[in-house]
Amino acid sequence: MSLLILIVLTIIFAVLAIHASRLLNAALWLAGVSALVSLIFYLMGATQVAVIELSVGAGLVTILFVFAISIAGENEIETTTVLPKPLIWGLTALYVALLGIYLLPASLAGVPAVVEAPLAEVLWETRALDMLVQVVLIFCGVLGLLGILGESQAPITGTLADEMIARRERELAAMQQRAAGAGED
Amino acid sequence: MQLSIWQMALVGVIGLLGVGFYGLLIGRNLVKLIVALQILVKGALLALIAAGSANGKMNLSQSLAMTVIVADTVVAVMGMALAVQVRRRLGTFDVKALASLRG
Repeated sequence: MSLLILIVLTIIFAVLAIHASRLLNAALWLAGVSALVSLIFYLMGATQVAVIELSVGAGLVTILFVFAISIAGENEIETTTVLPKPLIWGLTALYVALLGIYLLPASLAGVPAVVEAPLAEVLWETRALDMLVQVVLIFCGVLGLLGILGESQAPITGTLADEMIARRERELAAMQQRAAGAGED
Repeated sequence: MQLSIWQMALVGVIGLLGVGFYGLLIGRNLVKLIVALQILVKGALLALIAAGSANGKMNLSQSLAMTVIVADTVVAVMGMALAVQVRRRLGTFDVKALASLRG
């Protein structure tokens, strides 16, 4: 029963992440989804993946989101959607219906009794190629991180440059006002 | 009616995949699209673990889930890098601004 409550809570958090008005809030709700999913994994018996999901999904990815948002800043975008809303609702309903039709009959099958090799053997011997792919992927991730940090190559756009100039002018005016005030005293 | 663990997990899988799909369709903000993609992947991960618990092959499903987590993190890093660069060059996260790439 507690598993069902956690699952419903996860879906609610996911909806809140999609509908959050600020990007930072969306990132934090997503961290909540990750933490709840890792708790569900733990309750289902997948303890190793639960730990990895908690540290990578709720930790690393959230830090990455907050870091990127703090670099790029929040951006107000008008709320109209690319597709018309009835079409979006219709497609989502069709998608969920198809998932239900194809997945739910599978849940009625019984559980076979299988004796399985230990995790280390499965991980390092049966799925050895996966580990190699993961190493390559991690290198790709490092290159992607350089893409976030690669500030010098990208020119500052007109609007950002104007904003910086306006801020500098405001600061200068405030300094001059303070200096004038000090002179009068 | 008493739901089994596998059936409860399937409710979560369908819910998370549905919310993620809806987010992908409704979002115009690049960062929001990555958030929706992350939610979709969480649904897929839950499906893997649920399938493992239903078949009694939890170790196999755990090793597959680890690969998915690594790939998902790299997709998030690449997506954020793309979004930050688009924001720097075009001044916005709006996907409609990317239409300026059209020749």
